[in-house]
Amino acid sequence: MTIPLIDLQNITKTYDSGTLALQGVSTSIAQGSFVSLLGPSGCGKSTLLRILAGLIAPSSGHIHWAGEDGARPSDIGFVFQDATLMPWADVFDNVYLPLKLRGKAPKEVAPQIADALARVGLSDFAKAYPRELSGGMKMRVSIARALVTRPPILLMDEPFAALDEFTREKLDDDLLALWQAENWTVIFVTHSIYESAYLSERVLVMGARPGRILHDVTIGEPYPRDRTFRATPSYIQNCAEISDALRHDMGV
Amino acid sequence: MEDSRLLRIFIPALVGIGFLLLWEFLVRFYGIAEFVLPAPSGIAVSLVDNFGSLMASLWVTLSITLTAFFLAVVGGVGLAILFSQSRLIEMALFPYAVILQVTPVVAIAPLILIWVGFDRVHLALLILAWIVAFFPILSNTTLGLRSADHNLRDLFRLYGASRWQVLSELLLPSALPYILAGMKISGGLALIGAVVAEFVAGSGTSTGLAWRIIEAGNRLEIPKMFAALLLLSTLGIVIFFGLSWIEHRLLHRWHESALKREG
Repeated sequence: MTIPLIDLQNITKTYDSGTLALQGVSTSIAQGSFVSLLGPSGCGKSTLLRILAGLIAPSSGHIHWAGEDGARPSDIGFVFQDATLMPWADVFDNVYLPLKLRGKAPKEVAPQIADALARVGLSDFAKAYPRELSGGMKMRVSIARALVTRPPILLMDEPFAALDEFTREKLDDDLLALWQAENWTVIFVTHSIYESAYLSERVLVMGARPGRILHDVTIGEPYPRDRTFRATPSYIQNCAEISDALRHDMGV
Repeated sequence: MEDSRLLRIFIPALVGIGFLLLWEFLVRFYGIAEFVLPAPSGIAVSLVDNFGSLMASLWVTLSITLTAFFLAVVGGVGLAILFSQSRLIEMALFPYAVILQVTPVVAIAPLILIWVGFDRVHLALLILAWIVAFFPILSNTTLGLRSADHNLRDLFRLYGASRWQVLSELLLPSALPYILAGMKISGGLALIGAVVAEFVAGSGTSTGLAWRIIEAGNRLEIPKMFAALLLLSTLGIVIFFGLSWIEHRLLHRWHESALKREG
């Protein structure tokens, strides 16, 4: 039986402008699971992710985390839609950042950084600057930075949305391989039905105005998944189910 | 690549030499009086003849300019950092920085001179040059500190960065291109400020290049005026290229403005 890592109870977020971004979001997320938040623009999926990260506070509701005090773990990996690298720092220093902010000396953590770079396939690029890298490589640096502290949970905000289809599929596969190896919990925000159905164990389909969870789709297929999975009837059926839930909400 | 670089030096140099030759020729051909327009050769002779006094004046102007510039960088960046840490301080002080900037320095100069005293003209010149040079650094650094990527700010928060870490690891590096652009403007302005202030001070107790120009003008030593002017321009050019070089050294690895584009 899986243990719930996060228990969200009735999360509501109203922005100062009066926009109701989230209304009554309740769900629980199991330890080690891969969950996608899927929905159209303005459905509050990024807001929910930021609330989970502690970057913004919910207006009401409660989040309970697994652990003795029920508080958010101090170590959370976060990957933004843009790679969000420091252009003035090379790849090594970008990945070093989370450790540097914790007062670790570079020598002390160099093996850890080398390991993180190896896991995203960028061992040869430690001295490169972000501008010298392609979009996909920058994203890999961003992932290496998120995993260098070995966080138990990884929050990803449409991380591959700006990449071309080919690079995106490659990174999807790499992400799945990392997830299986690392025993992370991944919460993955996307607006691609196909990406969510390919990656996730569970897809939370969200609707807009106000943002809420419409549908909770379980993707039962086992891992590892590869390209052939995209051609299976169950994958296509899952995509259709997600798509129907979205269409129903949009009234089309 | 090498060719185009050579051309970029060679062509302007050729234009300059051609211009000087034409100037020399016209002055000699029409027999123009030296107190109207001296020939380049006459200016060169004057430069050599007055080398000692001109170099002493150059040193005075240079030291005032560089000191004012240095203090403007320290003060401007320092105040901008203070602004970035407290919105309240920024709200309270920024309008006064603007007032200081928009008031013409020539208009403030007599007042500063009186306050500081004519026996300490150098200090008055320093203050005036500083006033002119200070604002571009302040406004550029303020803008630069605000321009840090908001996702990176979130990331720093997520990792529990301290105020000091946010400033030193995120805000200041983000602001660096802006600070350097401000410095390039201020370097030139510090020189202008030092010269203008000396013109206003206008007494014999200051001995910078501007004073040499006034003095030579009063005595109708026009070649010497040109010689002093030449030194001022050279000083301005050296300051500009020096700061451009520093900018290139600091930014060429990463910043868009300093990157070489293929093709």
